[in-house]
Amino acid sequence: MSEHIVSKKVYFVIFGALMVGTALTVLAAFQDLDHFFAGANTVLALTIAVIKATLVVLYFMHVRYSSRLTWVIVAAGIFWLAIMFVLTISDYLTRPNGLTPPG
Amino acid sequence: MAVSHVESHGAESALAHHFDNMEQQREAGSIGMWVFLVQEIMFFGALFLAYAIFRAKYPAAFAAASNHLDIKLGAVNTVVLIVSSLTMALAVYYAQTGVRRLQVLFLTITLLLGLTFLGIKAVEYQEKYVDNLIPGSLIPGHPFNPNLEEFRLPPEASVKNVEMFYWIYFAMTGLHALHMIIGVAILAYLIWKAWRGRYTPEYHAPVEISGLYWHFVDIVWIFLFPLLYLLGRHFGGGH
Repeated sequence: MSEHIVSKKVYFVIFGALMVGTALTVLAAFQDLDHFFAGANTVLALTIAVIKATLVVLYFMHVRYSSRLTWVIVAAGIFWLAIMFVLTISDYLTRPNGLTPPG
Repeated sequence: MAVSHVESHGAESALAHHFDNMEQQREAGSIGMWVFLVQEIMFFGALFLAYAIFRAKYPAAFAAASNHLDIKLGAVNTVVLIVSSLTMALAVYYAQTGVRRLQVLFLTITLLLGLTFLGIKAVEYQEKYVDNLIPGSLIPGHPFNPNLEEFRLPPEASVKNVEMFYWIYFAMTGLHALHMIIGVAILAYLIWKAWRGRYTPEYHAPVEISGLYWHFVDIVWIFLFPLLYLLGRHFGGGH
């Protein structure tokens, strides 16, 4: 298996998508979306950020064209990050006033 | 890296003796970098976790403190970093295709964009210093002392909660800036080597691997920008 060279066109398309995502992030931040549900603004901002990060990982970092082993390593990183978040936050959530504002 | 001790005698001599072929060597280097980046995910992740917990506990103070950050500088820096990721990707492309002049050009542009980011960050830190927003007593004679009228704090939010936001802001952006400084140093080294024709279509693993690092630092900022600068904008407060 030889090295896959990503075409310049792909790089420019991904760059365009990242710029659009940035503009959307800023625009959305000034709209009050919290009347849909509490925290809707943050959910949208993080969704856009995750999409942008995924594009960078797949194309700029060539993971889309990389070996299975690379995929496993990336997935393991995300999985362990999820463990850290889930276990820590579930601990906070099961304590009185763990994650709620004081008072 | 396995190749660092190899003299520059072209592609064949770039193969370290413990690898079967260039492809295996390239793949091993790339995987090694990914393992390092997974470790980076974990320790930046710990800071993101701290952010999440304290933001959940002090939502009003975090929104007010976030609204005090300079959204224009933050947005410009986001664009600077995304452009620098594009130019880094193009530098890798021209290393792979063996166009030395354009490879050096795009590495140089990437380095200059990195310096631009750091310059803008320095301006922001300077503003925080002038406004006495450096948390704790990190700077002698300049303790954390915000002008509360500028923050319009709701009654349930205390100055201590605002200070916690700035601890997290400086820890996260400071660690990110440190990564940028290291990235700029790596780029300077790559430019020197690329200028001397070290990287060829057969051997350019250092460029590829440094690209992975640079893109990772960009990804961290992709999350930092909305979480730090934009979290409370829809409340209409701030300025």
